[in-house]
Amino acid sequence: VSRRLDALVQLAGPALLVIAVGVAGSFTSRATEIYFRNALVSVAVVVAIYVFVGNSGVLSFGQISFVAVGAFAAGVMTVPSDVKPGVLPDAFSIIRDNSLGNVPSLLLAALVGGALALVVGLPLMRLSGLAAGIATFAVLEITHNVLREWTKIGPGAGLLSLVPETTDLLQAAIGALVVIGAAFAYQRSRLGRLVRATREDAAAAQAVGVSVHRQRLVAFVLSGTLAGLAGGLYVHMLGSLTADQLYLELTFVSLAMLVVGGMTSLLGAVVGALAISGLTSFLGEAEEGVSVGLRLDLPEGSGLIVVGALMALTLILRPSGITGGRELSLAFLGRGRAR
Amino acid sequence: VGVVDAQTIVDAVGLGAVYALMAVGIGLVFGVLRLVNFAYGQLIMAGAYALAFASEHDWPVLPGILLCFTVVLGLSFVLERLVFRPLRLHSPAVMLVTTFAVAFLLQNVALVIDVRDGTIGEAASSIAGVTLPGDSGSINQAFSLWGLDVRRITVVAIVVAALWLTGLALLLGRTTIGLQMRAAATDFPTARLLGVRANAVIGLAVLLSGVIAATVAVLLTVQSPLVAPDFALRETIVVLVGVVVGGIDRLWTATLGGFAIGFATGVIAGALPTDQTVYLPSAVFALVIVVLLFRPAGLFARGGFASVERV
Repeated sequence: VSRRLDALVQLAGPALLVIAVGVAGSFTSRATEIYFRNALVSVAVVVAIYVFVGNSGVLSFGQISFVAVGAFAAGVMTVPSDVKPGVLPDAFSIIRDNSLGNVPSLLLAALVGGALALVVGLPLMRLSGLAAGIATFAVLEITHNVLREWTKIGPGAGLLSLVPETTDLLQAAIGALVVIGAAFAYQRSRLGRLVRATREDAAAAQAVGVSVHRQRLVAFVLSGTLAGLAGGLYVHMLGSLTADQLYLELTFVSLAMLVVGGMTSLLGAVVGALAISGLTSFLGEAEEGVSVGLRLDLPEGSGLIVVGALMALTLILRPSGITGGRELSLAFLGRGRAR
Repeated sequence: VGVVDAQTIVDAVGLGAVYALMAVGIGLVFGVLRLVNFAYGQLIMAGAYALAFASEHDWPVLPGILLCFTVVLGLSFVLERLVFRPLRLHSPAVMLVTTFAVAFLLQNVALVIDVRDGTIGEAASSIAGVTLPGDSGSINQAFSLWGLDVRRITVVAIVVAALWLTGLALLLGRTTIGLQMRAAATDFPTARLLGVRANAVIGLAVLLSGVIAATVAVLLTVQSPLVAPDFALRETIVVLVGVVVGGIDRLWTATLGGFAIGFATGVIAGALPTDQTVYLPSAVFALVIVVLLFRPAGLFARGGFASVERV
């Protein structure tokens, strides 16, 4: 009984946080709502990264590649066909002549993300440590370079615009919950335990017959699929996008969210994403002058300085992240009550 | 496919020399702290802003360079004290992401300071237009050498890099503190047991790495005098990749890796047909992946094959 219940508690933490953010967002004005949608899409991106980085313990700087291809796939296929020749003048005819609806485009985004992850993961998952980090970073560079220059598959260096803005608060929340659900199901499954075994001790795992390469690849492809889906949510949230928006800064910020929250737990990924995107939004507003109890009026750009300083401080003082890399558990809750 | 001519090679060596210097700066700190310092580029950026500041206030060139060294070294020691030292016992991932955060922080500090005059970017025009003693043209102009067009700054960069690397090799190879640094880089705990003072070697590594960052700041500012908050960011990323590709565990393989990625970038840029040059990053990074797959411990490291799955 307690194992089932424990699983429920573990899932409930991240899921309730997402639902709470969704509900809170629905009570705010249209102008503020974008911050809540953005926070929820950030959760999807960070949890997708967590599925590989958190479970396998291998640092990847390449997961935003899958967000990017997902976003562009969903974006180019949903631009209304009457304006498409203007937005994508050089595109292949298969892109120019076909259009998808909102949900099919999200599925396509997930598919494209997963497929690219499979192709690059097959050779790359043999690497570990810094070599893996740099090789996955090289994937990000190549993906960005191709998306930015090849006008047959997208807008090139220009703006992908006029994408239907279908990621409202509800879709953002459902998307984040789907990604969390998949991540949770995976980490509770046999496969999830196997890849975690390779993280804790690759030699011991291999000695009992676990293929390190195969288990990492499974995590990588699932992560790529979810990252692609998150990319689809992203493009439908913004409505317009350039390749540069899905590149270095997003990579660093998402990884920072994961590490600040606690790299080895799903709860950590969700908490980190919500904490940093919440803080960034709040300080961004504070630069405009906002009053929350006391009146804050920060000079322009100083919000990001505060975010950077807080991130560095968190990591120095609490290197295992806000959650300590642990999930919510009954024992933890019980201890809280006993005091 | 274009021809890789002597001109391309000269330009590639010039690029490689600057990258090799940056690789040494990153490799020195990695050696003693096991810390991949992503914020290295922001040290260079700070130095470049110092040069722009000096240029704006009509300082002569030498005091400007002195200011650049002061700012970079000061910032290096502040970072060591506030960030690197408390991080020393943390995992590599945490250290790396913390230096991201620091880089992000410094870049935004620069942005806030920079935009006070209403524009982003400051020009360090005085240093870019400087004339070397006994020379007619400015340092950025090219002169003709055996039928090749060589920019003076390219020669300066190669000479300065060669001087620094030789000096460093002598310091590490011929002095007691150099021996201690090499010992610390090989096995820090054992070196400490044998009486190497941790703070001394770390301090020296940070000092040397800072001096190199300031030097690179001067060289890069001369070549591209418009200083913005993302100054040297791209170069730092490429050099970090080069350092790992070369082999980060030892200083000379890291340095060679930095040189190699600069040189390879220059050669590939020259060899790509003109309409394909936009795909230069793809070509370079595809090469990076291939090298890492075959030699994950580093292109120049011993026994690179052995550690594919070192479990």
